[in-house]
Amino acid sequence: MSLLDETAPAPAREAPRSAVRSLLRLWPYLRPVRARWGTAAVVGTVASVVGLAIPLVLKWIIDGPVAAGDTTGVWWGGVLLLAVGVAEAALFGLRRWLVARPLAGVEAAMRADLYGHLQRLPVAFHDRWASGQLLSRGTTDLQLLRMFLVFPLTFLLVNGVTIVVGCIVLLAQEWTLGLVLLAPVLPLVVLCSMFEARYSVAARRAQDQVGDLATVVEEAVLGIRIIKGFGRHRSQARAFRALNERLKGTELHKARLLATIWGLILTLPELALGAALVLGTMRVADGDMSAGTLVAFLSTALALRWPVESLGFLLAMSNEAATAADRYFEVVDTPLPKDPAEPGTSAGATSAGATSAGAAPAGDGSGLRLSGVTFRFPDADPGAPPVLDGVDLHVRSGETVALVGTTGSGKTTLTALVPRLHELTGGRITLDGVDIQRVPRHRLRGMVAVAFEEPTLFSASVAENVRMGAPDADDEELWRALEVAQAAGFVRALPQGERTQVGEQGLSLSGGQRQRLALARAVIGRPPFLVLDDPLSALDVHTEAKVEAALREVLASTTALVVAHRPSTVLLADRAALLSGGRITAVGTHQELLRDSAEYRHLMSGDREGER
Amino acid sequence: MTTISTATPATPGPPEPGAHTAQAPVDPFDRDVLPAPPDAARRLLGSLLRPHRLRVSVAVLLLLGQQAAVQGGPLLVAFAIDHVVPALREGRYPPLFWLAVGYAVCAGASGGLQYAFTRAAARVNQSVLVELRGRIYRHAQALSVDFHDRYTSGRLISRSTTDVESLRELLDEGLQELLGVVVSVAYIAALLLYLDLGLGGAALASFVPLGLLVRDFQRRSMRVYRKRSTAIASVIVKFAETLNGIRPVQSFRQERANDERFRALNADHWKVNGDSILEMARYVVASRLTANVAVAAIVLWGAYRVADGTLALGALAAAALYVRRLYDPIDRLGMFLNSYQSAAASLEKIAGLLAQVPGVPEPRRPRELPPVRDGRPGRAVRFEGVSFGYRTGGEVLPRFDLAIPAGQTVAVVGATGAGKSTLAKLLARFYDASHGRVLLDGVDLRELSTPELRRGVVMVTQEAFLFSGTVAENIAIGRPDATRAEVEEAARAIGAHDFITALPDGYDTDVRKRGGRISAGQRQLVAFARALLADPAVLILDEATSSLDVPGEQAVQRAMHTVLGDRTAVVIAHRLSTVEIADRVLVMADGRLVEDGPPGELLAGTGRFAQLHRAWQDSLT
Repeated sequence: MSLLDETAPAPAREAPRSAVRSLLRLWPYLRPVRARWGTAAVVGTVASVVGLAIPLVLKWIIDGPVAAGDTTGVWWGGVLLLAVGVAEAALFGLRRWLVARPLAGVEAAMRADLYGHLQRLPVAFHDRWASGQLLSRGTTDLQLLRMFLVFPLTFLLVNGVTIVVGCIVLLAQEWTLGLVLLAPVLPLVVLCSMFEARYSVAARRAQDQVGDLATVVEEAVLGIRIIKGFGRHRSQARAFRALNERLKGTELHKARLLATIWGLILTLPELALGAALVLGTMRVADGDMSAGTLVAFLSTALALRWPVESLGFLLAMSNEAATAADRYFEVVDTPLPKDPAEPGTSAGATSAGATSAGAAPAGDGSGLRLSGVTFRFPDADPGAPPVLDGVDLHVRSGETVALVGTTGSGKTTLTALVPRLHELTGGRITLDGVDIQRVPRHRLRGMVAVAFEEPTLFSASVAENVRMGAPDADDEELWRALEVAQAAGFVRALPQGERTQVGEQGLSLSGGQRQRLALARAVIGRPPFLVLDDPLSALDVHTEAKVEAALREVLASTTALVVAHRPSTVLLADRAALLSGGRITAVGTHQELLRDSAEYRHLMSGDREGER
Repeated sequence: MTTISTATPATPGPPEPGAHTAQAPVDPFDRDVLPAPPDAARRLLGSLLRPHRLRVSVAVLLLLGQQAAVQGGPLLVAFAIDHVVPALREGRYPPLFWLAVGYAVCAGASGGLQYAFTRAAARVNQSVLVELRGRIYRHAQALSVDFHDRYTSGRLISRSTTDVESLRELLDEGLQELLGVVVSVAYIAALLLYLDLGLGGAALASFVPLGLLVRDFQRRSMRVYRKRSTAIASVIVKFAETLNGIRPVQSFRQERANDERFRALNADHWKVNGDSILEMARYVVASRLTANVAVAAIVLWGAYRVADGTLALGALAAAALYVRRLYDPIDRLGMFLNSYQSAAASLEKIAGLLAQVPGVPEPRRPRELPPVRDGRPGRAVRFEGVSFGYRTGGEVLPRFDLAIPAGQTVAVVGATGAGKSTLAKLLARFYDASHGRVLLDGVDLRELSTPELRRGVVMVTQEAFLFSGTVAENIAIGRPDATRAEVEEAARAIGAHDFITALPDGYDTDVRKRGGRISAGQRQLVAFARALLADPAVLILDEATSSLDVPGEQAVQRAMHTVLGDRTAVVIAHRLSTVEIADRVLVMADGRLVEDGPPGELLAGTGRFAQLHRAWQDSLT
C-alpha cells in the first residue's frame, strides 16, 4: 500500500502564511476569557519584575544595613526580602490559578466547535478526508494550542516585558555598556524570522504526518480481519514503519532548525555580555566606574539570561501552534451547507409547506417525485459521466417502490439524495409536492427515515440507538419497532434487555442483529417517507421472512423507496424501478418487469433465466 | 467515508442471548485501565532507552559541558574584578586578553554544545518514539480480533498519538530540564559550601522541605494525569465513532444530541486538564515560597554573622547572589516533573496495552504443511473434540468433531447466532479452541507460522474493508508479489474487472480520492478478488456475498467452481443459492451440528434444511 501521500486535500495556500496571523484567529476563543488572561499576563509581568527586584533588595541590604552594622535595618531588610519573596510566590500562583480553567476551557470550546462543525459538514466532505487527519486536529493540534495559550502566549509577553524593563534598567545603570548588550538584538530578530519561516513549514509537515499515522492506525483496526485473514501483518507493518520513519525524518529536520536557532540565541547575547564585561573591566581599572556598579550591571544582565534563552523554544512552540491553528481552521472554515429560510418567509406558493416540526408538509399528497435528477460527486472529474443522469421516478403517496440495478449503478447514491446527505447536481426531488431544497435539512430528515446497508450502531444502549429515529417515542413504540424488525426477541434476552450498551464500546452484535436494530431505528418514528437500502441483506431466510411480513404493514402506511437485490425484497414493494446507466429505464410490477425487461430478469434470477 | 463506514466492529460476538449473561464485575476495558504490572511504565521507558545508552551518555556529556560553559560566566566576572582590574591598574594586559578569550569560549561553547546536544538528543528521542509507535502497532496487530472489538480504534489511536506525544514532550524537554537542574544545583551548592560551610549547609538543608513538596506533587499529579489520559481517550472514541457513522448521524438528526454527549466528555477532559494546571500552580507557589523564605532566612543569618564578625562581607554578598540562583531551577524541576508524570501516565496505558497477551500466539517451533497430494491444491480439515467459549463466559460451541476431506465444498447454514461464524473463525484461527484441536492436513493450526497458515487458510468476511491506496493494491493484499496481470486476472474471474476499468484511473484509482467511490457490493467483489489471488488451500466465506446482486453472486460461484474448484471451501451464507455448488451441507443450531449430508439427501428429508430450503424457494418467486 502506498500510504497517504497527502491524504488531506491540500489546502489552498493563497496568502503567504504568517504565524502571527494564524494565531490571531484564536482571538474569538480567547475573548470570553480575555479579562482573566489579561490579568494573568499583568500578574505574570509584575511577578517577573518583582523577581528582578530581589537582587536589588539583596544588594541594598548588604551595601546598606549590613555594611553599616545597623541591626534594625537588617531586620527591616529581612522583612522586606520576605515580603517581596511572598509576593512573588503569590503572584506566580495567582497567574496560574487565573488561567488554569479558562485556558483549558478554550481548548474544550475549540474541540466542541470542531466536533459540532464536523457533524454538520456534508457527507461529501467526510468522503474526502481521512478520519485520522480529522482526529489528529481534534487531539494533538488542540493540545499544542492549549500549551501555547498556557505557556508561550503569556511568556512571550512576560519575558518580552522583562527583557525590555531589564534593558531599560541596564541602560539607566550604564548606557554605554547597555548599548553593547543590545547590539545582537537586530541580527537575532532577522535570524529568528528566517528560522520561523522554515520551522513552520517543517512543523506543518510533521503534523500532517501525525494525521497520516493516525489514519493508518485506525485502518489497521478497522481492517483487522482482513489483515489477519490474509496474514498481512508484515506488509502493513512495513507501510507503518515507512510512515513512522518519514515522521522521524521531519522531526529530525525540525530538531536541526531548532538546534541552530537555539545555539544562536545562546551565543550572540553571551558574546555581547562578554564584550560588556571586558569594556566594564577596563573602565573599572580606569576608575570611571565602581566595581559594585559593574557587578550590579552584570547580575541584572545575567538575570535576563533565562528570558532571552527561553525565546528559542517559545518561538518554536508558537510556530507549531500557528500551524496547528491553520490545520484546525482549515476544517472549521469549510462552509456548512446553507439551509433555506424557514418556510413562511418565502413566497406564498409554499405557505402550505412544512408546518410544524417533524410533520409532513401539508403538500399536495403526491408522494415522492424525482424529476430529471442528475448527480455527480462534487469532487469528480468534470469530464466524467454523472452517476445519475436524468432520473425520473414517482413514488405515489403510500406506495412502496423497489429500486433495482446492478452493483454500482448508483442506487445507494440515489437514496442518499432524498435526505440530502448529498446534494443534487440537477433536477428536482419533491415530497408531497414540496421541493426538498426548500425544506431545512433538519425538518427534511425528520420526514424521511433511512436504514443504511451498513448498519452502524453507536456506543449507547439499544433503546437509545433505536430512539434516534424518534427521540420522544415511548416504550410501547420502541417495542413495536423492535417487533417489526424481529429484534424484540434477542433484545429481551440481552443481559440488560433494551438498556444493554452496544456499539464500539459495548456488546458487539452480529451483522444481522445490527441490521435489524437499524431497521427498527428507521421505522420507530412512523415517518411519512421511508428509504431502505437493502435492509435485509444480512438476515437469514427465516428471519427475513418474518421481517418482511411485519414490514409490509409498516410500508402500507408510508411512502417508501427500497433498494433491493433480491426478489424477496422486491416483493415488499408495489412496483419496481430499474436503474440503469444513470436513469430509470423501466417501471412496473415485479411480474411485468420479469416479462418485459431482460436486464431486470437477469438481475433477479441470474444468467440461466436471462439466457433462456 | 465510503470505505470507512464499515467501522462498527462486527460479530465475533456471541450473538445469541445467554452467552453474555455472565457478567464480569469490573470490565477494565470500560474504564480504559488494562492491567499492567507495577513499575511497567518505568521499565518500558528503560527498555526503550537501553539500546541508545551510548548516545544518551554522549548527550548527557554534551549537556554537562554546556552547563559548565553557562556557569562559567559568573566565575569570569569574579576573575575580572579580582584579577583583571588590579592587573590593568598595573598596566598588564594579558589577563584582560584571557578574560575576553575565556568569555568568548564560554559563549561559543554554550551555544555550540547546545546545538550539538539538541541534535544528539533529537536523534535518540526520535528513535525511541519510532520504536514505541512501532511496538504499539505491531503488538496491536498481534492481538486478537476479539480484543480490538472491545478496545476500539479510538483508544488505539489515542495510545499511538497523544500518549506517544506526551513521552515526546518528556524526552524533548525533560532530559534537558532535569540535567540542567541537577548540574546547576550541584554547582551552586558546591560554590556556596566553598564560600561558607554554614551558609552552604543551611541552603542545602532547605532542600529537605523542597524534596517533600516534590514528592507530594508527584503523587498528586500522577492521579490527575491518569485521569486525563483516560478522559482524552473517551473524547477520541466519541469523535471517531461520529466520523465513522456520519451518515446515520446526519440522517437521524443526531447532531444536537451528540453535541450534548460530547459536551459531557469534553467537560470531563476540561476539568482534569484544569486540575493538572492547578496542581502545577500549587507546586510552584509552595516551592517558590519555601525558596524565598529560605533566601530571607539565610541572608538574615548571614547578616548577623557579619555583625558577629564570623563572616566576611564579601562572602555574604556573593552567597546572597548565589542563594537566589540556587532556587531558580525549582520551577524547571516542576516542569520536568510535570512532563514526567504526564508521560508516566501515558506509558502506563501503553504498557497495559503491551501487556495484553495475544490470544493466538505464534508457535515457538513452527511446522510446515506436508506437500499437497497429486497436485491437488485442497487440504483436509479436521476438528477434533473442539469446543469453544468466550472468556467472558458461556459456551458457544459445545464439543464436536468434524472432518472435511480435501477439495470438498461445504455449505454451513443455520439461523443467526447458531455458531456458524465461530466455526469459521476457529478454522481461520482468529481464535483458538478452548479444548480440542483443529488440524489442516494433520497439522495443528497452532503449530503453523502466520505465513504458512495463510497459504493454507484464507477467510473472506462480510465487511469488505478497503485500505487507503489503489484498487490494485487492495486486491494485491491477497498476494503482495502478484503482477498486475495476475491482479487483473483475479478481478476478471470474479466479474469485477468491468467496474474497475470504469473507475477514473482504473486499477490505479485511489479508493479514498476523487471518484474512487465504490459501493458495498463492489467492495465485496474486491474482497473476493483478493481471496482468489491469495489462492489458499482452504477458503472460508463468511456471508461474503450478502451485498451482491444475483448475477454478482453467480459470478462468484462460477469463479469458485472454476478457479477454486480443487480447493477446500467452507461457505456460510443465508442465501441458499450457495448450496447449489456445495458437495455437502452442515446445518447448525444452538452451536451444534444438527444435520450433515449431501444437499440432495437433506432436501429429500424433512429436517431443518429441507424447511429452510422451502422457505428460501418461496422467497424467490
